[in-house]
This record gives sequence, structure tokens and C-alpha cells, in this order.
Amino acid sequence: MKRFKTLTAIVLASFMAFQMVGCGGSADQTTDENASAEESADVENSEDKLVWATNAEFEPYEYRDGGEIVGIDAEIADEIASRLGLEAEVADMNFDSIIPAVTSGKADIGIAGMTVTEDRLQNVNFSTPYINAGQAIIVPEDSDITGEDDLVGLTIGVQLGTTGDLYVTDNIADTTVERYTKGFEAVQALLQGKIDAVVIDGEPAKAFVKLNEGIKMCDDYLTVEEYAIAVSKDNEELLDQINSALADMEEDGTLTAIFDKYLGDGEDTDEAADSDEAAEETTAE
Amino acid sequence: MFQTLQDKLYLNFIKDDRYMYLVNGFITTIKIALLAILVGLIFGFIIAIIRSAYDMNKDQQRNTISAKLLSLANAICQLYLTILRGTPVVLQLLIIYFVIFADINVNKTFAAICAFGFNSAAYVAEIVRGGIMSIDRGQLEAGRSIGFSYAKTMLYIILPQAVKNVLPALGNEFIVLIKETSVAGYIAIEDLTKGGDIIRSRTYDAFFPLIAAGLIYLAVVLILSKGITIFERRLRASER
Repeated sequence: MKRFKTLTAIVLASFMAFQMVGCGGSADQTTDENASAEESADVENSEDKLVWATNAEFEPYEYRDGGEIVGIDAEIADEIASRLGLEAEVADMNFDSIIPAVTSGKADIGIAGMTVTEDRLQNVNFSTPYINAGQAIIVPEDSDITGEDDLVGLTIGVQLGTTGDLYVTDNIADTTVERYTKGFEAVQALLQGKIDAVVIDGEPAKAFVKLNEGIKMCDDYLTVEEYAIAVSKDNEELLDQINSALADMEEDGTLTAIFDKYLGDGEDTDEAADSDEAAEETTAE
Repeated sequence: MFQTLQDKLYLNFIKDDRYMYLVNGFITTIKIALLAILVGLIFGFIIAIIRSAYDMNKDQQRNTISAKLLSLANAICQLYLTILRGTPVVLQLLIIYFVIFADINVNKTFAAICAFGFNSAAYVAEIVRGGIMSIDRGQLEAGRSIGFSYAKTMLYIILPQAVKNVLPALGNEFIVLIKETSVAGYIAIEDLTKGGDIIRSRTYDAFFPLIAAGLIYLAVVLILSKGITIFERRLRASER
């Protein structure tokens, strides 16, 4: 009996050691290009699918409407997939898991209203940017905060791993940064008076302010940034395909049509329909 | 290979003082866990005593006011156990922070201690009740017959023996509780798990931050179980 236990222990220990080695390998893929290239090729060939990673809590870029994930990024993903002759499959995850998912080959691309930054470029390649965006400040309606300078020393809610999180952490002095897993939880904490302000991307900020009484957006944006599609560094071919698909979509007006549909610039009827849908969605949640 | 390892370690822990996320997270985790264990023990013992008092006395069928009160208290405790053990602790945490404390501006750590403490109390209660019920009824009768009140019998005769019996199970519950606090990040508390997550969100490297956080949890649990073993051995000294 005792011998059996020892044997089991040895087997388990060696299994764990083996797994650790496996993990170490995937954590620094760049040194092991052959293996990972094989892996990602495997994923694509066997499935004929384009798996796109996102965090579907980011209206109007990606959000859930009756169980379906819709929004600007969703339509772009579907359009790119169909232009590449693949079937789009969404993988909804926490925002901070998207880049690891792309680098480890669990997803082919990441489309999540993701800003191009230096740090991110060290881990993934980005397509040509498809839209400009910025970080907005949401505050209570009666607040005196008007811009970046007023944020010093306050408690600020952000979504973990977003550009807003990185910017506030690095650039604003003496703040207490509260990092929520979801953007709407930060907004909820703001509504309950638990924090002083929320820093989040401009378009979702507009959606939050529209849906909730008692909060407003500051006029000044904190940053100007560009959203792009994240692709694994081991898959230059896919990056080229996506860039040419994006260029085509730009040229034939598909991109503009998608933006008009969700951002509702000018067209009142569209916007009204959108806000109705959005309102329904929140009550459902 | 060695160079990349060194680079990764630098990137994940040294650059921008990132290890401080783990250090501060560790302190927060320990703070929440210890205070939650305390809350759990206090409320757990109270509930266990009420429930076992009811169990021990119910066959006597007395129609006095105190018997009625006891039966009411027992019913309330049972409802508490059903709800707290029947729902996930993450939901309880979110409910305490976003619903119960919705309009009150409380410290998040306090909300977490309440959530984990009251959740743990439900489990501690049943463990301790099991310990009390495991003591032979003759002990209670002996205590009463030499003139101790019910409360004194409980305090001086039953509970000391019961605690000794349930110590391994209680230790188990503490270990579970320490690891359960890893969901505190749901209300933006920066505990150990969240600390690892924050580093991960900066470096996009999953391996080192998560393994480092895991090793710290492991070390804490090892120290705790060692402490419980020593405590147990001390209590057993009287048996020889």
C-alpha cells in the first residue's frame, strides 16, 4: 500500500513538472516559432473558423443583445471572416485575457475596441487602425470636475487593463484607482457615490451616460487613440489578409456604413432605434 | 533561454515596482482572511450553540416561553444556513457591496470581511454543532447532576471536548476561506489574485504573475496547516 502511494506521488509530481514545462514554453512563444506556428495553423485548418476574442460589455463596439453579441466590432469581425472565406466565431472573455488568448493561439484575432499601445505591440501585431477614439471622464451631474487636472487625489474607477486604467495609473498623481472587471460596475459604483469619477473609452461612456440618470461626461477627453485588431506575431499572413480586407471595406464604404449604424452620427431615426434597443437590453439585464 | 527568463522576471516583477501589487495584495488577502475567520468563528459558535441546544432539548416538549424562543431562534438559524450555504459566495459578496451597502459608503474591505465572515459562519456552525453532538449525552447529564447550569456545563465540559474533535475540520474551513477570498477582486479590491491579474494586464504574460500568486497562497496555507497541527498536538497532550 505504501509503495503504491509513493508511486502515485512520483507519477503525479512528474506530470505536474511536465505541465509546468509546457506552460513555460507557451509563455514565451517567440523563441519557439515552429511549434506555435504549427499550433495556429492547426486551429485554422481543422476548423475553417476565425475565432475572434472580445469582451462583450463595451457598447457600442460589442455588447449582448438578446444573447447575440452585436456591435461595431462584431460586424467588422463577421465582414472580415466572410471576406477571408471563414466562419466567424466569437470568444467572449475578460478584457485583460484577450491578448494572452491571441498570443497563445486560443483565439485568432482580438477585436475589442483595443487601442494600439507600445506595450501591447511587444506582444501582438496590430492591423491598420479602423477608428479613432479617446478616454472620457464620467462624473456625477453636480460634480465640479471638468478635466484631467481636477482628477488629482480622487478615487477613480476604471476597467482592469484598459487604456483608461493604464493612463490614470501612470499619469495622474495621488489617485486611488479602483479596477473593476467590468466597465458598468465602475459606473454603478459611481452612481452609488462610492467613487468620484470613471475613466473609460468615449463611445461606451456616451452609452452609459445616456442610460443612467445623474451622471455626465466631461467635455475634454484624456487621450486620443486608435483602435485596431490584434493578431498573433506568429501569423503575419493573417495580418496581411486582415489589412487588405480592412482596406477594401474602407474603399467600398462598408466600414462607414457600420459606424453610421452604431454611432448614429446625424441620423435621428437610427439613434432613437438604437437607444430603444439599448434601454431594453439594460432592463433585461 | 536563461536570458528570456530573466527578462520575463524583470518585466513581470521588477519593472515599475510591479511586485508591490503582489505585496499589497498579500497584505489585503491576509487582512480579509483573518478578520473573516474571526467573524466566522464568533457567529458560527453562536449559531452552533443555539442549534444544538434546540436539538438536545426538543424531546422534552416543554411549552414554556423560553422553549418557544429557542425554537424560533433555531428556525432563524436554519434559514440563515440554508441561504448562506445554498448560494455562491461571489454572489453574496456582490449583493453585500452593491445591494445591501448600495447607499452606504462603506470601506470595500469591510464589505468583503462581512461577506466572507458570514458565509464562513454558516459552515463553522455546522462543524461545531457536529462536535457538540458527538459528545456523549452522559457528559451533559453528569454536569447537570453535580449542579452546573446548562450554560456552565456547555462552557466547561462539552465545548472544550467538542473543539478538540472538530479542530481538523475547522482548519479545513479556514484553508477554504483563505482561498475563497480570491474572488474579492469582483468588487475591485486589490487582493493577491487581483494583484497577479493587474500585473498580467500590464505585461500580457499569464505564467509568472499567476504562478507567483499561486505560490504565495500555497505558502500561507502550508504555514496555517502547520500551525493547526501544532495546536492540535498541544491539546492532545492532556490525553496521555
